[in-house]
Amino acid sequence: MKSNEWPLWEVFIRSKQGLNHKHVGSLRAPDAEMALQNARDVYTRRSEGISIWVVQSSMIVASDPTEADALFEPADSKVYRHPTFYDLPDGIEHM
Amino acid sequence: MDSKLKFLLRLGDDSMILGQRLSELCGHGPILEEDIAMTNIALDLIGQATNIYTYAATLSAEFKDADELAFLRFEHQYYNAVLLEQPNGNFADTLVRQFFFDAFRVPLFQHMMQSNDETIAAIAEKSLKETRYHLKHSSEWVIRLGDGTELSRERAQFAVFDLWRYTQELFFMDEVERELVDTGIIPNVADLRETWLKTVESVMQTATLQIPENQGFFGAGRLGRHSEHMGYILAQMQYMQRAYPGMQW
Repeated sequence: MKSNEWPLWEVFIRSKQGLNHKHVGSLRAPDAEMALQNARDVYTRRSEGISIWVVQSSMIVASDPTEADALFEPADSKVYRHPTFYDLPDGIEHM
Repeated sequence: MDSKLKFLLRLGDDSMILGQRLSELCGHGPILEEDIAMTNIALDLIGQATNIYTYAATLSAEFKDADELAFLRFEHQYYNAVLLEQPNGNFADTLVRQFFFDAFRVPLFQHMMQSNDETIAAIAEKSLKETRYHLKHSSEWVIRLGDGTELSRERAQFAVFDLWRYTQELFFMDEVERELVDTGIIPNVADLRETWLKTVESVMQTATLQIPENQGFFGAGRLGRHSEHMGYILAQMQYMQRAYPGMQW
């Protein structure tokens, strides 16, 4: 059965220069150009961004939730991987 | 009436009435994304009207602020082009109406930025950015509807044939505009038709839509004579202020 729904797109917004694009949500659109426009209208109405990426949701490869144990638990017991053993000088932000 | 005031009302009423029309779609857009887009555009247009009316009110002896101009004028005191009061119809009707208007407003504001009236130049500069986006939005849609499915094409073509007759009025000029053109306050509105037609032809071609050959009917909205739709728009828009004079919220 062919779906009449437009494809789903994932929207990523860069909120200001130097920051990463962050996933903010999804929307439907018939093609890439309209997806960008819709993203502008739906997700940047309150000055949230200066740049938009849209990616068709079907293009995203996701990890399998049932494999979460194997994928992520081994990292839990390795606290030394966090840079928490340093003293940060005052005045350093965004850490 | 002072020429500048009259022109500002013609300009502001276009924004106001189309903004009011589009706001009828709030909560009724064909899809969520488009519902928000239409409402955004409606808000841009009402914002433009507010700026224009605020300036116009400083020149008016009768109306003291933007609210009074929007809510206390009668139908014959409105000077918007008749195109803008046409019903939303189907999605193609809404988008073709919007496209014809946006394609006119972009060159209008571009030229108005050179006005030797600083306030008018500033209003044009602010409005131009918004209008560029409106034009992008409406032309992308006209292209997709025209060069789309059989049904969307049929509706888009019908909308073009139906609304074409109202487009000539956008380039209306009488002694009001001529005086302001001579004093360097506004561009020659009639001359903008060439640019407008270029935009329209290019989009229509991509959309595989036909343009009617005639220039059609010349509306008289600029003189305060409107279609049967106008009274209903004002009734809805002005109801609160008429029923509860001076009400604020």
